[in-house]
Amino acid sequence: MSAEHTTHDEHAAEHEGMTKKKIWQVFFYLLGITAVEFFIALYLLPKGIVGHGIGNFAYIVLTLVKAFYIVAYFMHLKFEKFALKTGITVSLVFIIYFIVLMLIEGNYQFIHMN
Amino acid sequence: MNTTVSKLDEIRTDAWSGGKSPFAVEYGKLMMWFFLLSDAFTFSAFLIYYGAQRFSKISWPDPDVVFQSIPGIADHGFPLVFVGIMTFILIMSSVTMVLAVEAGHRNSKREVVWWMIATIIGGLMFLGCQALEWSHLHHEGYWWGSFPASYTGLDTVGALQFANLFFTITGFHGFHVFTGVVINIIILLMVLANVFQKSGSYLMVEKVGLYWHFVDLVWVFVFTFFYLV
Repeated sequence: MSAEHTTHDEHAAEHEGMTKKKIWQVFFYLLGITAVEFFIALYLLPKGIVGHGIGNFAYIVLTLVKAFYIVAYFMHLKFEKFALKTGITVSLVFIIYFIVLMLIEGNYQFIHMN
Repeated sequence: MNTTVSKLDEIRTDAWSGGKSPFAVEYGKLMMWFFLLSDAFTFSAFLIYYGAQRFSKISWPDPDVVFQSIPGIADHGFPLVFVGIMTFILIMSSVTMVLAVEAGHRNSKREVVWWMIATIIGGLMFLGCQALEWSHLHHEGYWWGSFPASYTGLDTVGALQFANLFFTITGFHGFHVFTGVVINIIILLMVLANVFQKSGSYLMVEKVGLYWHFVDLVWVFVFTFFYLV
């Protein structure tokens, strides 16, 4: 059986995946991104250097980057098998669909019910 | 007899050819992933409803005005500072959790214990901060179904929705943090009782770690949509 061999390889990959150094590196990425968000909220927006549309777009992009680091490294998904990675991430397409659906609905209400 | 193996009779060893799981994760861990996926849908539904409400209203409370106090230190004038502290605490506790998992891979019981304790303290600090924030907002007049008298006219429509959704969503998230702390304590006790030392694997720490990181992940989104946008 080759199963034993594969599990051994996976364990090796696992240890390679999240060393202490890598953990702290990801922590500083997350901290840095949050600091950028604060910079936008407390400096760029009040001074009028960027508009609220751009600010909100930046917030959402930065949030998704943070989410990627948490899921990929802290939750270890990046080092899992292809089937698990795709199974989990592709399912999130329903959330995107729901966002589009509900924001259109909200916009409709804004136009017609206010 | 011809000994050449035909294409069909060759033993295949790729991921989907059977005999082993294509996911190559232990059953409980896979189930944790499925649970977290379903929980992600629940939280998304909450946050998307919040977005839809916000889109549909003419006015909405300004987060920089609502959240500008540091309970116990300053009543106003510091937007985002307190929630910044809360975010830092939660990210920090996620780091200590992943360090516990890393120590578990090395079968180092002592390190797992200390990192788990650090994670539990982080979780309790976050819950304490949330309690302070809730009681502060409650004193200002926000609660389920109520908002400060400073909102008048059309502004009341958005303020009511904001108050309801704020307490519902941060409450649901806080409940997750609370259960996370409880589960962390249970796993810590199991570590102390040498349960995983005997079974030879700290996989259970990994599973509770997944849950804990998910709670952090949700907070990242709650933080963006309630406090920043």
